[in-house]
Amino acid sequence: MSAHAAGKQTFVRELLGRSDYAIIGEIVEPGAKVLDLGCGEGELLQWLAENKGVDARGVEISGVKVQRAIARGVSVFQGDIDNGLADYPDSAFDYVILSQTLQETRHPLSVLREMLRVGKRGIVAFPNFGHWRVRVNMLLSGRAPRTSLFPYEWYESPNIHFLTVHDFETLAAAEGLVVERRYFLSGHRKMLRLPNLMAEVAVFLVRK
Amino acid sequence: MIVEANSVRFDSLSLDSGAALAQVEVAYETYGELNAAKSNAVLALHAFSGDAHAAGISHETGKPGWWDNMIGPGKAFDTNRYFVICQNVLGGCRGTTGPSSIDPRTGCPYGMAFPVITISDMVRLQKMVIDSLGIERLLTVTGGSMGGMQALEWAVAYPDRVVSAIPIASTTRHSAQQIAFNEVGRQAIMADPDWNGGDYYGRQPPARGLAVARMVGHITYMSDDSMHEKFGRRLRGKDNFSYGFDVDFEVESYLRYRGSQFVNRFDANSYLYITKAMDYFDLTNGHGSLAAALAPARARFLVISFSSDWLYPSYQSQEMVRALRSRNCDVAYVELESNYGHDSFLVDVAEQTSLVRGFLASTFEKLS
Repeated sequence: MSAHAAGKQTFVRELLGRSDYAIIGEIVEPGAKVLDLGCGEGELLQWLAENKGVDARGVEISGVKVQRAIARGVSVFQGDIDNGLADYPDSAFDYVILSQTLQETRHPLSVLREMLRVGKRGIVAFPNFGHWRVRVNMLLSGRAPRTSLFPYEWYESPNIHFLTVHDFETLAAAEGLVVERRYFLSGHRKMLRLPNLMAEVAVFLVRK
Repeated sequence: MIVEANSVRFDSLSLDSGAALAQVEVAYETYGELNAAKSNAVLALHAFSGDAHAAGISHETGKPGWWDNMIGPGKAFDTNRYFVICQNVLGGCRGTTGPSSIDPRTGCPYGMAFPVITISDMVRLQKMVIDSLGIERLLTVTGGSMGGMQALEWAVAYPDRVVSAIPIASTTRHSAQQIAFNEVGRQAIMADPDWNGGDYYGRQPPARGLAVARMVGHITYMSDDSMHEKFGRRLRGKDNFSYGFDVDFEVESYLRYRGSQFVNRFDANSYLYITKAMDYFDLTNGHGSLAAALAPARARFLVISFSSDWLYPSYQSQEMVRALRSRNCDVAYVELESNYGHDSFLVDVAEQTSLVRGFLASTFEKLS
């Protein structure tokens, strides 16, 4: 795998308290049509709408979060992303965002395929289960790992599929996806080497 | 906020049925000020038994409007920012031409000589009023139940005239169950001998039939939970059953009261005509599919349904939203948790308020 990461600067500022949002904010160009899957209360979409003039839409399953998103002025649909994308026409969006949501879906592969049907490009950000801290934690404790990135007990975790940087690269290759850019983050730094060990969060820009 | 009713008269209105009406009058009220760009106009559309008095205290009756908790200074439809218009619908009995109005051809009330009307006829007349006010584009068209149907009709029939639409607790077409309840109401009225083929003006109106129709309606507007909470099995002013057919239960007393109250403010023939218009409502008519029917719509949508509404269940709003998404329309949707059944859009407005306020503000900002 090529561990080549985009950009020379290794420091990543935060956007709304998150480095992966900052990357997404960099990728999306002004005026684009954007769909955020699992958009929560719509903070990222609101930022993109206000700062990049994007046409922002979201899908979120929690009614309370949808209410807050709509109250912010973001067009969010209350629904399940596992079956909720079928209505959208092909290539309806320039970007479909899955920011730390893929690992929470029941059928990640079909969600990935659907996002690249309705979107020309997909931005997938996920917590890397291959990070060294996760590996050490599991090796030493012999229990389902709990780290700052995966803070939940196994029985209450929203994460139902665990994947590593390697896993995503392998799947992308098997699906014949083009990875246009990849970013590996640890805190505020871009990890240029050994991303599968060093990255806490990975952000991939992919297309079919 | 003391408000006064206005009215405007038109020479004619052509109808979907092919008939035409001469001399049509529309009652309307307005709240707030129209801005110089005329870009802040909101059209509030009333439900089946509503009227033009949506907000404030009526100068005439001293009563608050039917959506006074949503329209006014600082409220969801903030009259400090927006100019809100509400009209009584065609076929109504609260100032707009309907079956109880005088037929200019005969000099007598229309009664059943009034032509059958549709939701799109109502909307066509509303547009004539908006034209007469010199408003090119409405910031939003909004309403619950039948008001939501009109909002959808506006978005499809006059896509260049509406920036956004907020249909609440509504549907794109009346279901068999909705038609069935309306038919029970109509049959109750027509079974009352006082109905007299619709010719009862100046005589005893079909009060018993209309009251029964309203009682059925009220049941469908509530939920099992809200009725349990409001009445339970409580007895009315007694400790034991009467072992007779007078009022025993609170719920019986309530329904009888609401039925008898309704007779004082509503015309039985209007009940027939307006419910029929709702039953005829089906956006897909002549289009093959809902998505095809919604093809002309350009508006931004906020669709709201309520968890306990079994008369206009959430699946109907979701159908609407899915069709809009398939057209790639800008649509926000949420099902609000509420115990108040279909009535939720009128009574349980705290969450509805924050949704409408945010949606409207962002729509208005994008415009300017």
